[in-house]
Amino acid sequence: MDALQLKRQLITFTELLFREGFLDEQFHQLQQLQDEKNPNFVVEVVSLFFEDSERLLNELAKALDQQNVDYKKVDAHVHQLKGSSSSIGAQRVQRVCIVFRNYCNEKNVEGCLKCLQQLKHEYAIVKTKLEALFSLEQQILAAGG
Amino acid sequence: MEGSKSSIIEKKFNVLIVDDAPGIRMMHNALLKSFGSNVETQVAENGKVAVDLCNSGKYFDIIFIDKHMPIMDGVQATRKLREMGVASVIVGITSCDTDDEVKPFVEAGLNECFEKPLTREKIKFVFEKFHKDG
Repeated sequence: MDALQLKRQLITFTELLFREGFLDEQFHQLQQLQDEKNPNFVVEVVSLFFEDSERLLNELAKALDQQNVDYKKVDAHVHQLKGSSSSIGAQRVQRVCIVFRNYCNEKNVEGCLKCLQQLKHEYAIVKTKLEALFSLEQQILAAGG
Repeated sequence: MEGSKSSIIEKKFNVLIVDDAPGIRMMHNALLKSFGSNVETQVAENGKVAVDLCNSGKYFDIIFIDKHMPIMDGVQATRKLREMGVASVIVGITSCDTDDEVKPFVEAGLNECFEKPLTREKIKFVFEKFHKDG
């Protein structure tokens, strides 16, 4: 596939991610901050988001596995994930975090566990989508685009 | 990108970014730097680092500070900075979305508080509202 075809594919793929709600306007803001001086800015910020999210998801699983769940601790982790997901435009992840915090307030362990599963699911999807997006960008560069 | 890198805003601003998440510090730093060469930035990974920086004599026109951080959170840091007589504009940037959560942060001494994410529009609002003369 040549650079032009790959670029068209990238545009279509990106539009789909926005249309399906995986990403929101904040991701555009992130992309606008990338320039010749910071050519890998988006990948770097998103990679940090991946690291942080995986750590938080592990902490959440541990916290909810306790005999006496510390809901303040659970809420603190969800709160952090809400902040970082909103900052890169990972809209679906952010939305699950909002619901999750409500269950924490209610001390509803079933609700929290359900949200944790949803979070893992949404995070896995957005991670795969973003990695595919970055891979397309790399292919365009390699094709001379 | 919007505007020219030379200087989108006319006034000089010395800005401190305080957040424990490296990705968010990186993002907020880039957002601020996108306003041009009149904006100088420094980062701190928690409230204690921010307080120590101000204690060492560094002055910041604006401090963008997160609420939840380890070692010293945004509420404690803001309170401490005001007790020290720090006159900087302090803007809370938090994932908190209820009045109950935001109230203690504001009462600690914030000039303004926004829900995350920080955006160019929010930064522009702060620059325009709190610009210094001269």
